Amino acid sequence: MSKKEDFVKFDKVDKSYDGKVLVVKDLNLDIEEGEFVTMLGPSGSGKTTCLMMLAGFETPTNGEIYLDNNPISNIPPHKRGIGMVFQNYALFPHMTVFENLAFPLKVRKMSQVEIEKKVDKALSMVSLGGFANRMPGQLSGGQQQRVAVARALVFDPSVVLMDEPLGALDKNLRESMQYEIKHIHESIGVTVVYVTHDQGEALTMSNRIAVFNDGKVQQLSSPDKLYEEPVNSFVAEFIGENNTFGGEVSEISNGTCRVKLEKGEIIANPISVKSVGEKTTVSIRPERALINPKDKMDNNQKGKIEEIIYHGDHTRVRLNLLGNSEFILKVPNSSQNLDIKLGNEINIGWNSHDARALDPK
Amino acid sequence: MSSETGKILTTDGIPLEESLKQSEKKNKIKAFLLVAPLLLFLIITYMIPIGDMFSRSIDDKMVTNMLPKTYKAMENWDGKELPPEEVFEAFYLDYKILVKNKTAGKLQTQLNYEKNGFKSVLKKLARKQKKFEEGNYKEQIMKVHKRWRNVEYWRAIKRRAPSYTYSKYLKGIDMYSNEDGKIVQVSEDRRIHRILWIRTVEVAFFVTLFCFLMAYPIAHLLATLPMKYSNLLMICVLLPFWTSLLVRTASWMILLQQQGIVNDFFVWIGLVADDNRPEMMYNKTGTYVAMTQILLPFMVLPLYSVMKTISPSLMRAGKSLGATPATAFFKVYFPLTIPGIGAGCLLVFILAIGYYITPALVGGASGTLISNQIAYHMKSTLDWSFASAMGLMLLTGVLVIYWIYNKLVGVDNIKLG
Repeated sequence: MSKKEDFVKFDKVDKSYDGKVLVVKDLNLDIEEGEFVTMLGPSGSGKTTCLMMLAGFETPTNGEIYLDNNPISNIPPHKRGIGMVFQNYALFPHMTVFENLAFPLKVRKMSQVEIEKKVDKALSMVSLGGFANRMPGQLSGGQQQRVAVARALVFDPSVVLMDEPLGALDKNLRESMQYEIKHIHESIGVTVVYVTHDQGEALTMSNRIAVFNDGKVQQLSSPDKLYEEPVNSFVAEFIGENNTFGGEVSEISNGTCRVKLEKGEIIANPISVKSVGEKTTVSIRPERALINPKDKMDNNQKGKIEEIIYHGDHTRVRLNLLGNSEFILKVPNSSQNLDIKLGNEINIGWNSHDARALDPK
Repeated sequence: MSSETGKILTTDGIPLEESLKQSEKKNKIKAFLLVAPLLLFLIITYMIPIGDMFSRSIDDKMVTNMLPKTYKAMENWDGKELPPEEVFEAFYLDYKILVKNKTAGKLQTQLNYEKNGFKSVLKKLARKQKKFEEGNYKEQIMKVHKRWRNVEYWRAIKRRAPSYTYSKYLKGIDMYSNEDGKIVQVSEDRRIHRILWIRTVEVAFFVTLFCFLMAYPIAHLLATLPMKYSNLLMICVLLPFWTSLLVRTASWMILLQQQGIVNDFFVWIGLVADDNRPEMMYNKTGTYVAMTQILLPFMVLPLYSVMKTISPSLMRAGKSLGATPATAFFKVYFPLTIPGIGAGCLLVFILAIGYYITPALVGGASGTLISNQIAYHMKSTLDWSFASAMGLMLLTGVLVIYWIYNKLVGVDNIKLG
């Protein structure tokens, strides 16, 4: 059976709560069957609204959502067969773990034997085998989270939605849960739509990430592409660290362009600039700029070290470069004894390919 | 933990427990001083009156104190036949003092409670005894009225000998102990208290039910509406709370009377004929309507405070797991509101069972409750001991309900806010 490419489809979806402001604007999004898609964005960007529309708790103001080619706007949430993991777990506090997991099976009128079998399986999947008779209040946050995940999966839904499920956990637990959810996804192949504002989480877990801002999907691509090749300055800024220069295009040819800054000029990769005279923001990842590069690079500048911050595995160096006093470099701690001292002038080089000339901020 | 650790010492060598006690002593005293005024207030205004009520309800010293010589003389009388001369003499001497001090009236009333017709014979005796000669009081007294020859009347006096009695409690449930000391029901046409008790419980039950049915949706709305609307609604719920109880009850009288607004409206929309307006006041209907309205906030507030804590995502979770909205409500939402329901119902029921003003004003004959009867005995018949007995029975009833509630639901599950 081939996987459907548009298993979940948002088709020209608009959403407004008050008739004045569009929270979601003309959203078009196809999610493949079995895919792990993350909606990533700052709060208020419309990502949770999209999830709620998919779950059926909000209705699109315009447009239609299709699940397996069926329009679902008029189907109430309980008939959609979509599992959901909520931000605060939403476990039923008056039921045991077993009863929580049995709930979706009971309302589907399954036999007691079948229910027990399925609940056992789901609990062992999240390695909570012995916890069936506990009340949710007796579990730790991480355990509650796992129960919530198991409950959303126990009735074999075709799609599982997760609304910032790890937001309430501490850092270490969050990381281990990320892997756990990722592994569960890989082992049962369910389609997952995941909402978060934590880019690390998104990069770790997803097949594809949809970056939301201002009610629109800014970019939808795999984690590596998103990081390496952001298509606009919002994505570049939002994902990972980023050094930027604002300027104007002075020359454009053969896949490179020259950008004139207030002080100096750099060669960049024209992504969203088309003609001479356009304003642009050039974005360079900190790890792409090197100190005293051995290979020849087409950008070479001198910068003055203003701050050095020790980070264990690497050292962050803040430079004043071409009038940008926030230029960050990441220097691995293993490396050669470079001349990194406060106040020193050093040579910095980067390839024009890695300097992406994007839309102006 | 190992049991052999023994006493743990602080660095100064004082046992840890002692050191802890000492350091907390100040806090304990402070805490006690903070609650002391309230404790004192409670003792004075609550414990003492209840104790007084109890002693009043069983106190029967009045008659005993009025006839000291008589009761002393009666000690050897077996009560089978007419008492001997000493008893008559003692009674004459006691009664003479009472007549002289003008306190004979009380004795007459009290003995009349015990035996009907006592009042008139005692009054006659009060007039005649002035002319009594010394000696052979038995003959002289019996001459005053033939009832003095009836041993029943003497037995009635003897029955009042103990200083304590539970007869008021028996009276509260329409029973009494008859001449032979057996506990029997009063004649059928005089059984009024039992009807009142049943009616009180019935009214309290239905008022609680109506309050619950009306408050649940309101509380739900209050808990789920956005702030600006819920505040307005909250004020609407509380507004009656801030109005005088009397005013509210009076306004119900204006609304519900036969020529009142509600009846006018019914006639106007053609629901009832003008000459056949239903009576909605001075009966149970009026009591139900007015009490439900007045007690509604007591149901809304505990429900609201519980519902406020229920995360809306729980209902969503229920629905997303495949439950219809109704199933999700009854399996998820409703069980979580039980602590609020328990608190609200208990509060309203207990308030309703002792309610006074509203039934007194709008209840009429068929809508008055036991508290009205208590007030009647406090103010009109001045039978305080009976009023106290009924008050205590009411209190006991409430405690029993509380106990049953605790067994069924568990008081720990109550949430008042």
